[in-house]
Amino acid sequence: MMSATLMELDQRDRGGPQQPLLVVRNLRKHFPIRSGILGRVSAHVRAVDNVSFTVRKGETLGIVGESGCGKSTVARLLMRLINPDAGEQIFDGDAVGEHGGISVADLRRQVQMVFQDSASSLNPRMPVQNSIAFGPIAFGTPRVEAVGQARELLTRVGLNPALFGGRYPHELSGGQKQRINIARALAMQPRMIILDEAVSALDKSVEAQVLNLLQALKRSFNLTYVFISHDLGVVRWISDRVMVMYLGEIVEIGPADTIYTGARHPYTRALLASRPALDPDQRREEAPVSGDPPNPINPPSGCRFHTRCPHAEPVCASRAPSLGAEGEQAHRAACHMQDPASGHSQAIAA
Amino acid sequence: MSTTIPGAATAEGSLPTQRGYWGTVGYRLRYDPVTLFFAALLLLIILSAIFAPLLAPFDPYQESIIRRLKPPGFRGHMLGTDELGRDVLSRLLHGGRITLLMGMVPVLVATLIGGGLGLVAGFAGGVVNAVIMRVMDVFYAFPSVLLAVAISGAMGGGVGNGMIALTLVFIPPLCRVAETATTQVRNLDFVDAARATGAPLRLVLWHHVLGNVLGPVLIYASSLTSVSVILASGLSFLGLGVKPPEPDWGLMLNALRQAIYVSPLVCAMPGIAILLTSISMNMLSDGLRSAMDVRS
Amino acid sequence: MTEPLAEVSNLSVDFVTRESSVRAVNDVNFTMLPGEVMCMLGESGSGKSVTMRALMRLLPPKRSVISGGIRIAGQDVQAMDATALRRMRGSTVSMIFQEPMTAFDPVVRVGDQIAEVVSVHRGVSHAAGRQRALDLFELVRIPSAQRRLDAYPHELSGGLRQRAMIALALSCEPKLLLADEPTTALDATVQIQVLILLRRLQQEMGMSVIFVTHDLGVAAEIADRVAVMYAGRVVETGPVRDLMRRPLHPYTAGLLASTVHDQPRDQDLETIPGTPPDMRHLPPGCAFAPRCPRAGTDCITTVPPPVTPAPGRIVRCLRVEAELV
Repeated sequence: MMSATLMELDQRDRGGPQQPLLVVRNLRKHFPIRSGILGRVSAHVRAVDNVSFTVRKGETLGIVGESGCGKSTVARLLMRLINPDAGEQIFDGDAVGEHGGISVADLRRQVQMVFQDSASSLNPRMPVQNSIAFGPIAFGTPRVEAVGQARELLTRVGLNPALFGGRYPHELSGGQKQRINIARALAMQPRMIILDEAVSALDKSVEAQVLNLLQALKRSFNLTYVFISHDLGVVRWISDRVMVMYLGEIVEIGPADTIYTGARHPYTRALLASRPALDPDQRREEAPVSGDPPNPINPPSGCRFHTRCPHAEPVCASRAPSLGAEGEQAHRAACHMQDPASGHSQAIAA
Repeated sequence: MSTTIPGAATAEGSLPTQRGYWGTVGYRLRYDPVTLFFAALLLLIILSAIFAPLLAPFDPYQESIIRRLKPPGFRGHMLGTDELGRDVLSRLLHGGRITLLMGMVPVLVATLIGGGLGLVAGFAGGVVNAVIMRVMDVFYAFPSVLLAVAISGAMGGGVGNGMIALTLVFIPPLCRVAETATTQVRNLDFVDAARATGAPLRLVLWHHVLGNVLGPVLIYASSLTSVSVILASGLSFLGLGVKPPEPDWGLMLNALRQAIYVSPLVCAMPGIAILLTSISMNMLSDGLRSAMDVRS
Repeated sequence: MTEPLAEVSNLSVDFVTRESSVRAVNDVNFTMLPGEVMCMLGESGSGKSVTMRALMRLLPPKRSVISGGIRIAGQDVQAMDATALRRMRGSTVSMIFQEPMTAFDPVVRVGDQIAEVVSVHRGVSHAAGRQRALDLFELVRIPSAQRRLDAYPHELSGGLRQRAMIALALSCEPKLLLADEPTTALDATVQIQVLILLRRLQQEMGMSVIFVTHDLGVAAEIADRVAVMYAGRVVETGPVRDLMRRPLHPYTAGLLASTVHDQPRDQDLETIPGTPPDMRHLPPGCAFAPRCPRAGTDCITTVPPPVTPAPGRIVRCLRVEAELV
């Protein structure tokens, strides 16, 4: 089965290993807030603003950020579970949902998603093997065959099909349910899986098991991951590259180790410094930043982090820093201090 | 073939039960004596209505001037006789057929129509939802009893019109319940996950939405049947449902009411029948509700 | 030797449903000294929150059976009547929760709610209560405190709401603060602020804190002492430094090893195999034995008794004893 999967993947590969699997350009999603009995739009939640990134074949791109930063909205936009207001999405060279490109239905067959809440992401009234087989059956795989494949996948995610296939979600633990969710995603033989806080709700002892499983599956099924999490430790372990989001925008993107050892954006540095130390002798005495993330309904002007940034200067409030174009550098940060021409007093030299 | 996956060998928990969803519901119902008792009672009432011709000791239409308003136990009249000397037990058994029919058919039809509308409103959202739900709100503005009386009155009496009136009364609440359940389910991740497979919408609706909406709707509908029995009796009581001399619990209550000081015990009989039926239905739907909540 | 502030001895809690009875907390013992911060560390279902609620007698009386002794500030909590219980909650002991919205009435301004609590407990006027509320808001470092007193709970951000709840809990200067995962729902940059605040307040006010968490990092930030719970039992207690540097119970060791924290990326993470136990069907011996790399046949049959391998440390593991002999 595995070699067959690999062959099929090769067939579906269109641009070769150099072509990014996914290119996202200027993605934007503003949710209207309606008020009054007539439902007039009074404001917008700027969930995702002008987000551009690429995902290379076979890599894991980690997306980190706090609540309201738009990371989950990005996931749902990539799956087209919600429609973007603007922006392009190119999957292996084909524009998604455009004439001459790839249809949304075809995209969904190649990109699958695993959700955070393992309980609500399984139909409570369906045996789990039927949940796994649902997608293939919908695409015409005979029922018996699809259930057979589902049981095979159960083995692959570490669950005995004879014991678990016929069970209902409420009879499983959180970790077991998340394994089922992973099996369901694999049933569609995807090339890419979006993991939206997929291990966040699990107990620590189970989280490590599922993370190891994800890495093993990635190798054997030749997958590409987009891994969304608020847990910086987990993201560092699993990701090749990391993208940091704040209030709907990308503030920094780069190779995982570079980000963790040499973060350039003050927000990334604050986020890293906010992690509790696992050593009681290295307790934090001062919080790296004060206050809460602002409301994405009316994000601050200029650099959205300037209200909490220890290095903020007038230029930060008046002008939004640019992340720079893709391909210039592997490691980019949207901060005026990274731009010699910004006028910020602490800007790096040209 | 399978790679060594961490925790694979021991990921199997020690879960003792392997009943399915309905298996668990059944198991819980089996160990719920209160619900079982009322289910049996309801079954008894329904069976006795069905087999009324076989069970009734007398002809329910047979009047007798000399045996009017006799107390229970009088010459084989186990529950006494009514104001025209007819056997009350026989009339109750026969009357159950129409009363129960008027209690159940409107709810059944309203479940299909109201539930369907609610499902559409809940899943489509937006304008479709607004139109359907605002129309339902108009019906909500009237108390259900008043509405049933008004519709029935406008269309004229009779069993058929009575049932149509009751059906119209029950559509809005069932639609509301179905709409709420659908909206909740629609926002759960597993519906998104099903959509994310690229499966056609009708399959997603059928396999993932309907099954989860059906539970709450059926439970609510079963609680409405008791309301329906009472409303149907009420319509007959007002002379809008069943016409005399047809036996019907509501009608019997109305006729016997005048004899309340003469023969209070006989007078109470149809009321007791209505009470027992509606209590059984309420308790049954209560038991069903707690049994179907498998995650509790 | 100072008097212990709280003493829990042989505490067990059973939840009784019509289908089964589940022992959620099993023979838990600990003492708290004044001014001490103890973390109850455990995964979901380990009994850590239930233990806390038992201390406050917050468990549903009809569905739970509590046995064992609970003494707080010299008083037997189990024997308290409704009046004594009410006096204890909110004056000797207060509690903060994961979700601060549940602690506040959504339609009353937060300042008025705190003022009301203060005026009821201390018998002072509402105006004096408001003044106290303002002091408390400044104590928990809520910016523009005066203005925020007039806010409704939903108008506050997550971090401010948590601070407001802490202010409410501190309004009557409790000797013991019970904190049930108060930072779990917060963003990373806010969590560290609240942890630092709690630590400072604890030191300034000299109160004791029992802090329930599933996060080792949080425990390392705030605890003096850690009690690790597994399947309703405390399997290991010890000073935070010793416990984190040299865990004695295999479960604690596994938990530390499997917490993802800058491990090399090309290697698998260390894991604890298997799944957390089903509380309805616990094994007869050590509940961790089925997942334990060091378990022997004796572990499957015998419940390990508590042993004290080093000063201040208590471990329930048969292997630890064997190791030390």
